[in-house]
Amino acid sequence: MTEIAIPRLKLEHIYKSFPGVQAVSDVSLNVYGHQILALVGENGAGKSTLMNIVNGVVPLDSGKIYLDGQLVSIPSPRRALELGITMIHQELALIPELTVGQNIFLGREPRRWGIGVDWKRLYAQAQRELDRLGIEVSAQATIADLSIAQRQLVEIAKALSYNARLIALDEPTSSLTSRETDTLFRLVRSLREEGVALIYISHRLEEVFELADRIAVMRDGHLVAVGNASEFTPAEVVRLMVGRELAEFFPKVPAKRGEPVLKAVNLKAGREVRGVSLELHRGEIVGLAGLVGSGRTNVARLLFGADRLEGGEIWFEGRQVHLRSPQDAIRLGIGLVPEDRKAQGLFAGQSVRYNAGAGLIQRLSRWGFIRFQAVNRIVRELVERLRVRTPHLNQKVRNLSGGNQQKVIIARWLGLNPRVLILDEPTRGVDVGAKAEIHALMSELAAQGMAILMISSELPEILGVSDRILVMREGRIVAELSREEATQDRIMQAATGQL
Amino acid sequence: MSQTRSSHLATFDRRAFFQRFGLVFSFLLLMIVLSALSERFLTPSNLMNVLRQATINGIVSVGMTIVILTGGIDLSVGSVLALSVTVGASLMKQGQPVAWAVGVALGTGTLLGVVNGLMITRAKIPPFIATLGMLTVARGLTLLYTQGQPITGLPAEFRWIGTGVVAGIPMPVILSLAVFALGWIFLTRTKYGAQIYLLGDNPTAARLAGVPTDRMTVLVYAISGFCAALAGLVLVARLDSAQPIIGQGYEFNAIAAVVVGGTSFSGGEGGLAGTLLGALLIETLNNGLNLLNVSPLWEQVVKGVVIALALLLYKVFSPPSK
Repeated sequence: MTEIAIPRLKLEHIYKSFPGVQAVSDVSLNVYGHQILALVGENGAGKSTLMNIVNGVVPLDSGKIYLDGQLVSIPSPRRALELGITMIHQELALIPELTVGQNIFLGREPRRWGIGVDWKRLYAQAQRELDRLGIEVSAQATIADLSIAQRQLVEIAKALSYNARLIALDEPTSSLTSRETDTLFRLVRSLREEGVALIYISHRLEEVFELADRIAVMRDGHLVAVGNASEFTPAEVVRLMVGRELAEFFPKVPAKRGEPVLKAVNLKAGREVRGVSLELHRGEIVGLAGLVGSGRTNVARLLFGADRLEGGEIWFEGRQVHLRSPQDAIRLGIGLVPEDRKAQGLFAGQSVRYNAGAGLIQRLSRWGFIRFQAVNRIVRELVERLRVRTPHLNQKVRNLSGGNQQKVIIARWLGLNPRVLILDEPTRGVDVGAKAEIHALMSELAAQGMAILMISSELPEILGVSDRILVMREGRIVAELSREEATQDRIMQAATGQL
Repeated sequence: MSQTRSSHLATFDRRAFFQRFGLVFSFLLLMIVLSALSERFLTPSNLMNVLRQATINGIVSVGMTIVILTGGIDLSVGSVLALSVTVGASLMKQGQPVAWAVGVALGTGTLLGVVNGLMITRAKIPPFIATLGMLTVARGLTLLYTQGQPITGLPAEFRWIGTGVVAGIPMPVILSLAVFALGWIFLTRTKYGAQIYLLGDNPTAARLAGVPTDRMTVLVYAISGFCAALAGLVLVARLDSAQPIIGQGYEFNAIAAVVVGGTSFSGGEGGLAGTLLGALLIETLNNGLNLLNVSPLWEQVVKGVVIALALLLYKVFSPPSK
């Protein structure tokens, strides 16, 4: 890679504080064209804030931004777009009801005679752009009908149609399958060839090392290291991110397998679940692997009473049970940490107390009155035990970082002492430090006799944490592997049907 | 991803401060302005008058707050009020015991609320549409029931609810303060209150956290119906007249008090302390406009503008959406 003299983006001494927080502190960083810069750091390290500054979403307190050597100010996202800066967010910004073409040209549709949209031209132009990038999506397709991966690719096409010179991608692969990730990577690489400067934010270090030319590490608002990717090892990057050595990625305490707690016999529900039987024992962690859409989440929801069962039986501690709602499952002692933290787990505007204590405040009440003392005591213990970083229990949970939010949701269940805990993608979008803590916690809970079912798309996580691994494909369990016999290849073969 | 970390920096959070006390300041400001413009404003009798006027809307607003906290809305309060009180009043005219008539009136309001709740949870009709339907149906039933005639000449023991004075404080004021206090305890101290906040914040997550979401939804509309009926009884007792068109437009004043009081339309944020101030603020404004002899033609406009301004202030000081 040849070094280009003038950086596409040059940040000088950027500072930004929010009430109570120094989010970005004295960050100076160069981003060059023809290069992919990976920006890594734990949740709350300041990466998103930095990107929001560059995209005009939040104003900076002090510092200078140069674009191709020119001093610029970016007061709004619109200005950023005009300057050729775009960001592809974790939460996609497409309008689901509109078509791909409409989304790409939103607000600047080609006009016919100054009035009315020239739809023919719009779709032709959009399709040309998609084809050029090798994105196999019709410009006339409605966004809602596309997969998350396809939507992401459409966002990139949209960004490029603005002649983007700098594209930041924030955790783009967190909900993609490995094949979709490959497509995305191919596109990202071809953009690099075209001279675009790319900033790639990710928690997945494998991806960072596969893709990045340079790596920048942030911690507590500071830029703690930046250099060519070849100068780093993954272990070093982790150490820089968390500021301490992590003993092991997936600490695993072997636990004794006890008697069965939860048994599912031939569960059926729609096309997603076509006859699933499984058994969970006390003291074991069962990993449920499979591609996105293989029915893993549906099984979890059935076991939790969140969806209606169309066939099959669920047995809990030797008795057949009929779960009509999550309440029924909770009463028995089953907990679910859902897949989508924001949409299904968090009460963003409520306090840590209400979030971690959501179950407790319902259970610990006398004549309807909440026993706040008891709730506070337990929530405080849990917050300490899980090392949730929060100034106080009245803090609104939206102000916590992703990892801490996830811990709060896990705490919600621990407070109820469940017999069975189902965790759906427990570490998605969670930084490495919190991830290791969550894994350690899971094996501790199993050792105390809890039965745990963990769904994960990350194979290293499945392999590292599980005592036993079930693989799903097209609504059925197609393989059961012990910890010893499981490998990434065997799981993938079973999940993709190449067994 | 959030920017806030656990470190404590001693920065003054202007936004949080304004959110919490902005309404108090606006209220005080309004009081000062009105005292300066009219010497009649800051007299005990006028202030008591403001309080008395605020009670009806105040009671309706308590129910409305609880509904809006779940992310819903109840447009039917005015009509529910009307049907409840005309039923109650006609029972009294027939010579039925006052307590029985009052009970039936409150029961009618509650029942209509339950119907609202069932339309929303069972038939999956959006709250706006369901309660809009109830608004017309209940008003229509009221007109049919009364044949368009007002019911007057009610028993004195009933009228005491609206005209009585205990320890120098009018009954309506005592009643509405009691409703506010009970509502506040319900929302902040009971598990049902907590469930309402969770439901309003994120219904999907609430269901997965074991909140009986359908039951809570029916409950909040029932409470709103009850409050509307109670407010109506107080009003009828004071006026000694149950007009079939009573309560028309009350939904507007109640929603205004709730929203000016800082409860978010998207649910899960706000509470009754704000609503109390909101109801007082709106009534003070009404009173001020009267004292200053502002033409009633202008009144509505001024009220609307002031409410819009209050909301604008909140917008400025509310946390940025992420």
